[in-house]
Amino acid sequence: MGAQGGCKNLKMTANKAKKHSYPHYYLWICVFWGVIALGIIVLYVSTLKIEYVWRWYRVPQYFLYKASIEIRSDIDGDVKSIKSEGGQIIVKIEGPSGSETYKVKGKGDVRVSEGDHVFTGDVIATYQKWKPGILLYGLYTTLKVSIIGIIFGIIIGLVAGLARISENPAFKWWSIIYIEIIRGSPLLVQIFIWYFVLGTLINTILAREGLQQLPPLYYGIASLAFFAGAYVAEIVRAGIQSIHRGQMEAARSLGMSYAQAMRYVILPQAFRRILPPLAGQFISLIKDSSLLGIIAIRELTKATREVVTTSLQPFELWFVCALLYLILTFGLSMLMQYLERRMIVS
Amino acid sequence: MIRVEHVSKTFYVPQEVKALDDVSCEIDKGEVVVIIGPSGSGKSTLLRCLNRLEFADSGHIYIDGIDVLSPRTDINKLRAEVGMVFQSFNLFPHKTVLENITLAQLVVRKRKKEEAVEKAMFLLEKVGIPEKADAYPDQLSGGQQQRVAIARALAMDPKIMLFDEPTSALDPEMIGEVLDVMKTLAREGMTMVVVTHEMGFAREVADRVIFMDHGKIVEEGTPEHFFTNPIHERTKLFLSQIL
Repeated sequence: MGAQGGCKNLKMTANKAKKHSYPHYYLWICVFWGVIALGIIVLYVSTLKIEYVWRWYRVPQYFLYKASIEIRSDIDGDVKSIKSEGGQIIVKIEGPSGSETYKVKGKGDVRVSEGDHVFTGDVIATYQKWKPGILLYGLYTTLKVSIIGIIFGIIIGLVAGLARISENPAFKWWSIIYIEIIRGSPLLVQIFIWYFVLGTLINTILAREGLQQLPPLYYGIASLAFFAGAYVAEIVRAGIQSIHRGQMEAARSLGMSYAQAMRYVILPQAFRRILPPLAGQFISLIKDSSLLGIIAIRELTKATREVVTTSLQPFELWFVCALLYLILTFGLSMLMQYLERRMIVS
Repeated sequence: MIRVEHVSKTFYVPQEVKALDDVSCEIDKGEVVVIIGPSGSGKSTLLRCLNRLEFADSGHIYIDGIDVLSPRTDINKLRAEVGMVFQSFNLFPHKTVLENITLAQLVVRKRKKEEAVEKAMFLLEKVGIPEKADAYPDQLSGGQQQRVAIARALAMDPKIMLFDEPTSALDPEMIGEVLDVMKTLAREGMTMVVVTHEMGFAREVADRVIFMDHGKIVEEGTPEHFFTNPIHERTKLFLSQIL
């Protein structure tokens, strides 16, 4: 590990030296930025040509917006008192069938005055509150779906991967069939099968038994988890097989069972090796979750599509959508790199 | 202690080779037996058959009266009694030296942590590198790694130790330190089966030398007999080539 670190440093200094010896180094840096700037300018100018009006200020409201919330009376009666207490206004209503107290937070706008008669459902006051917008909800759903998908993907992949290298013919062939079917068909089709075939079956049976039906989210997560699981299985298999067979022999020769040898000797070593490909797989999973919109799961892409139809600002919103995915995937890859580095140190 | 009866083993990959061809031999308690022979003669295969790392095709192997090849035998229990040292050490690279030696004690022998550590330190002392307890295997020289591997096997309190060319992957100047550890073990009365090319070790330590060629035991006897007046032509040829 010390040697590895040293090697990296060496490479870096070598790169540095190379950079500066490259002919017209700074000119090429300018070309690099110039081309990027040109691309942006060309894009912007062409949007002007089709008379697209950029309205970035419209974007933030889909993340957070100030909602106006109305407080309505639950009873008929008279407004007994309106008092201001500790930053909130307390409205007391007394009627023939009892009394109610309403608290209005912050800079609320009270619509009644003392002595007024109110009926059930009348607006007593309104106040403003920050609420998360559709995009933030979409981001949250994407994150949730991805994290649960990744967790189940790891579990399924580990089981299928171990089954794949098992000498038991049943386990081995189940695993092979599973992996081949999943890897050989489009995720979109799998999502349809999960939702429209399995989902219909399961939900109909549940309904017949008088149980609650499962929402599309479950089927969406299942499709992602099983999809990722097949790839994880292959990664796990390759990782385990990359460990020298002497390791297994040494562990077995000490009297460990196959399971013990796997758990204490083989898997910990394999895990370090499979972290990088695993990270790539999970990044794919986050991006693939954008397909779940087709079964009415309002994840980030679906949310963006909805917002586009109401705001009519597709250019800004699709860029924002892409950027949000980039933040998620970049965050995950940073996390995996951190894990990797920690494992090398330990 | 070990009885091998008419054992045969054929490999089909990469090509069909009869690695063991009707081999029979017997090894007594406390005996040090050195198996020599040209490469591909089946000596490593014989050794690996003894703890079922290779499954013999036919014949019988008994260790302490237990039928090694029977499917009813608890092979893990048996292997815990038979230590093995490999040519390529096969230390667990993700664990420290100390953890390498304590792991099997904890999960197989179910010893308490303190007991396992104490045992490990005692053995590290014995193989001469107690100061490396917290090092990782890749921070050790080849000779040190092999000594740790011996300590790891000894930690299980085995009745028999198998050595599969323990010095073949070592730089010449490190061979001595490993052989010294093995000599100490032999002197203490450990039953040992050693596959090696170290003729000096065979001559000095072995109670008996077995010479194998083409999957068969060609000749066996005391080192004295073996190195001074071998009977078979094949043995003479082999000895003339390596001595």
